[in-house]
Amino acid sequence: MSSAVADVPRGRRSRALPSWRRVRRLPLSVRIGGAIVGVMALAALFAPILAPYGPNQLDFGAVLSSPSPQHLMGTDDTGRDVFSRTLYALRYDLVVVLFVTYVSLPIGVLTGALAGYFGGVVDAVVSRLGDVMIAFPFIILVIAIIAIVGPGITGFLIGVPLASWAIYARIARTEMLVLREQPFMLATTALGYTKRRAILRHAIPNLLRPCFVFSTVDLVGNTLLLAGLSYLGLGVQPPTPELGAIIASGQAYLLTAWWVSTLPGLVQVLFGVGVGLIGEGLSDGGLGRETL
Amino acid sequence: MLGYLLRRLALSIVVLFGIAALTFLMVHLIPGDPARIELGASATPKAVAELRSDMGLDQPFGEQFANYLGDTATGDFGQSFIFNDPVAVVIGERLAPTALLIAYGLAIALLIGVPMAVIGALRPNGVVDHVVRLISTFTFAMPSFWLGLMLALAFGLSLKFFPVSGYSGGIDGFFRTLTLPALTLGLALLVIIVRTLRSSLVSVLNSDYIEAARARGFSEWRVVGKHAMRNSLIGTVTILASLFGYVIGIIVLVEAVFQIPGAGSLLVQAVQKRDYQLIQALALMAGAAVVIIGLLTDLFHALIDPRVRLEGRSE
Amino acid sequence: MSLLEIEGLRVEFEAADGPPMVAVKGVDLTVEKGEVLGLVGESGSGKSLTCRSVMGLIPSPGRIAAGSIRFDGAEVREMKRAQLRDFRAHSVGMVSQNPFTSLNPVFRVGDQVVETLRVNRGMSKSAARAEALSLFERVGIADPERRLLSYPHELSGGMCQRVMIAIATASHPRLLLADEPTTALDVTTQAQILELLAEMRREQGMSLLLVSHDFGVIAQICDRVAVMYGGHIVETGPVETIYHDPEHPYTQALLSSIPELESAGARQRREPIGGHPPELSEVLPGCVFEPRCRYARPECKSLPMTLVPVGGDHASACPVRPLAAAAPESGKAGAEA
Repeated sequence: MSSAVADVPRGRRSRALPSWRRVRRLPLSVRIGGAIVGVMALAALFAPILAPYGPNQLDFGAVLSSPSPQHLMGTDDTGRDVFSRTLYALRYDLVVVLFVTYVSLPIGVLTGALAGYFGGVVDAVVSRLGDVMIAFPFIILVIAIIAIVGPGITGFLIGVPLASWAIYARIARTEMLVLREQPFMLATTALGYTKRRAILRHAIPNLLRPCFVFSTVDLVGNTLLLAGLSYLGLGVQPPTPELGAIIASGQAYLLTAWWVSTLPGLVQVLFGVGVGLIGEGLSDGGLGRETL
Repeated sequence: MLGYLLRRLALSIVVLFGIAALTFLMVHLIPGDPARIELGASATPKAVAELRSDMGLDQPFGEQFANYLGDTATGDFGQSFIFNDPVAVVIGERLAPTALLIAYGLAIALLIGVPMAVIGALRPNGVVDHVVRLISTFTFAMPSFWLGLMLALAFGLSLKFFPVSGYSGGIDGFFRTLTLPALTLGLALLVIIVRTLRSSLVSVLNSDYIEAARARGFSEWRVVGKHAMRNSLIGTVTILASLFGYVIGIIVLVEAVFQIPGAGSLLVQAVQKRDYQLIQALALMAGAAVVIIGLLTDLFHALIDPRVRLEGRSE
Repeated sequence: MSLLEIEGLRVEFEAADGPPMVAVKGVDLTVEKGEVLGLVGESGSGKSLTCRSVMGLIPSPGRIAAGSIRFDGAEVREMKRAQLRDFRAHSVGMVSQNPFTSLNPVFRVGDQVVETLRVNRGMSKSAARAEALSLFERVGIADPERRLLSYPHELSGGMCQRVMIAIATASHPRLLLADEPTTALDVTTQAQILELLAEMRREQGMSLLLVSHDFGVIAQICDRVAVMYGGHIVETGPVETIYHDPEHPYTQALLSSIPELESAGARQRREPIGGHPPELSEVLPGCVFEPRCRYARPECKSLPMTLVPVGGDHASACPVRPLAAAAPESGKAGAEA
C-alpha cells in the first residue's frame, strides 16, 4: 500500500530524467524480457518481409517435411511453411491481444477509480458487477459469447474486455481508497479543483502503475486464451494463422511430424517468458505491486 | 462469526443472482430465433411457434426470468437437442471424469508442490529454490493444451506409457487414462502452490512465535510442520480457491487434448453445435461452482484462523 | 562452578560488502545458581544478542564468531542438534520482548502450553491440561479455565507475557532468559511481571538473566548487574553497589538519566547522555565510551576494554577511576526501586 505514497514523488522525479537514462536504471530481468519481446514484436511487424513463404502458400510436394534450411520449422500437412505461418500468427496475435488488453485497462481503471473515489452507491454497483464478472470463469464467458456471436475473432474481441475490465477496476479501486486519504489528494479539494481534475490528473496517474504491472500478466493470459480458443476451433477460423490453430493442425501427426505442434508452442512460451520477466522486474523494482 | 458468514452468504447470493441473469441473457442475445435455430431452416412456422411456446419464449421477459430461476432451482435445465435428453442427465453423465480429473490434478500438485515449497522456504536461494523458480517462469507462459500435447508426445506416443485419448472407468482405467491430463493440470497448479506457499512460509518462519517455538526445543519437523504450516496453508488455500475459474479453463482445454468425455469437452461440443440449453446450463454451473467454492473457502478460513471470526477479515 | 559461564563471546553480522560488523565484542559473564543477573545497556549495546546466544538463537546473517558458552560445564556451541534441543527444552527457558507475537496466533494459548508439556515433559493429554491450569494459576492469570481457551489476540499484553512465562517455565528450567520482558508493557503491568519473576525464582530456585535498557527494571529484582556498552561489558557488581557507587562513567551517566519518582514535582537535574552509541561497523581502538565520556583523558584512546576488579565483587573497565575519588553521593540516583 505504501507504494501509493512513494509513487508520487518518485513519479515526478523520474519524469524529469531523459528516457535513455531511465532505461539504464531498469533491472536486468526487465531488459532481457524487453529484448525478447522487442525482437518478437519486430519480427511480427516485419513478417511480410521476413517470412520466406506466404502464410497460406500450399505446396503439396513438400507435405510434412522436417525442419531444414528451406523450411526452418518444417511444413504442415498441406505443405505450408510453419515458420512463415508462425510469423504471421505472431503478428495477428500481438495486434489482437494488445488491443484487447489495452482497451480493458482504461475502462477498468476509470470505473474502479470512480468507484473508489465516490464510494456509496457507485461503489456498490460497480463492485458487485465486478464481482460477478470475476466470479465467472473467464474462458467460459468468452466461449459463451462466441456461442452467441458465432466463431471467429469477434467473440474474443467482445468477450475479453467484458470480463477483464473488472480486474483492473478492482486494482484501481483498492489503490484509490488509499490514495483518497493522501495529503496531496486532500489538497486538491482544499485548492478548489474540480473532482474531474482531481481524479483524472492527480489520482489516475498514480493508479496506473500497479495496473500496468498486472497488464503484463493479463497480456500473456489473453495470448494463451486466444491460442486455446483457436486450438478448440472456436477462435480464429482457418485459414487465418494463429499459434493455437497451427498447433491443432499438427496434433494428428504428433509422433511423425512433431515440429508442427511443438515449435510454434515454444515461440509462445518464449513470448510469455519475455513478458513475464518484464512484469517480474517491474514489480520487484518497487515500481508496482503484486496483486491478486 | 455467524454475522460474518451471513454477510458472505448474502454477497454470494447476489453474485449467483448476477450469474443467473447473465446466463439467462445469453439465450436472448442470440441473433435470430432460438427455436428456429434448433429446428433448422426447413422447419415449418407452426413447429417453430410450438417450440417457442414450449421454451416459454412467447412470455413477457420478467416472467421468463422468473421461470428460469425456478427451473434452475429445481434442476430443470431444459432439453439438449444434440443428445435428445434432459440437459441435467447429459451433464450428469459427464461430471464424473471431470471431477476425478480435478481431484487427481490437485493431488499431484499438492504432493509435489508442498514439499518443494517447504524446501524452498527452508533453504531460500538454494538449488531447489532456483530450479523451481525457473520452472515456474516457463510454465506460467505455457499454453496448457501445448503442455498436454508435449506430455502426450513424450509419455504417450514415444514411450507408450499411457494412452493419449479416451477415458475408461475403474481404478485401472483411472490411472491409465487420466494420468497425463491430470499431470498437465497438476503442473500448472504446482507452480502456483509452490510460489504462494513458499513466500508465505518464508515470512511466517521469520516471525517471533516460530523463534519462540524453537526456543522451547521443538524439533524442526514440529516447528515447520505444525506451527508454520498452519499459518501458511490458510493463504494458499484461499489463493487456490480463487483460481478455480482458471482451473475450469484448463480442464476445458485438457479434456479436448486428451479427448476425455467430461463436462469441459461437452461445452465445446455444445458451442460447436449451437446447443444453447446445454451451453447455458454449463455456464451457470461453472459460475455457481466458483462462487460456492469461494464461500466454502471463506468458511474454512473462518474455522482455521480465529482472527477472522472476530474482525470479519483476515490479516 | 557457575551455572552459566560466558567467556570471550563475539557475535558478528555478515556485511554484503566489507568486513563483518561486530555487535558483541568479547563478553565475559557468569550467572550463579539461583541468582538474578541484570544485563543493562542502551539499544545497540549487544545485550539482546548476548542473551540469545546462550540458546543459540542468533538470527542470520549473524553468528557466534568466537567464545565459549558453558552451561553447567557443558559447552553449548559444541552441542549436536538433539542435544541442543534437549538443552532448550529442559535446561533453559526464554521470554522475549513481544508477548503478542511470540504466541502462535492460530492456536489457543492453553493448547500451546499443553503442547510444551506433552512434548517436553512427556505428559499425557489430561495430565498436561491439569498442569496447564495450575501453571496459569501460578503465573497469576485471572479466570484461568476460560483463559486456557483464549486466542492470543484476545489477551492483553500483560496476560500474554504471563502465558509466555508459564510456557517458558513449564519444564522447570534452571535458567530463565528474559530479553526485555517488560518493554512492551505499561508500568503497572511491568511491576507485576517483575514481581512474578522474582517469586518464581524464590519458589523454584531458578536463575534469571534479565536484559533491559531500563535501570529501574533491573534494580527491582536483580542481585547482580552487568552494564553493557558498544558490545563490551563495562562494569559488573552487586546491584546496590552499582547503584550507589558506580565506577564506570557510562554507568554513572546511565543512572543519572533515570527520573526519580520521589522528587517528582521538584525540578531535577536529568542529564541525557550526549552523543550516540558507536555504529556496529566502527572499530574503536581504545575505550568504546571515550568519545562521550566527560572524564576522558588522552590515554583512554588506547585502553583495552578489560574488566578490572575494584573491590569485592565489583569490577569495572575504567582504570582511570574518575568517580572513586569523588564523594559517595555522586552517581546516586536516590530512591530505592
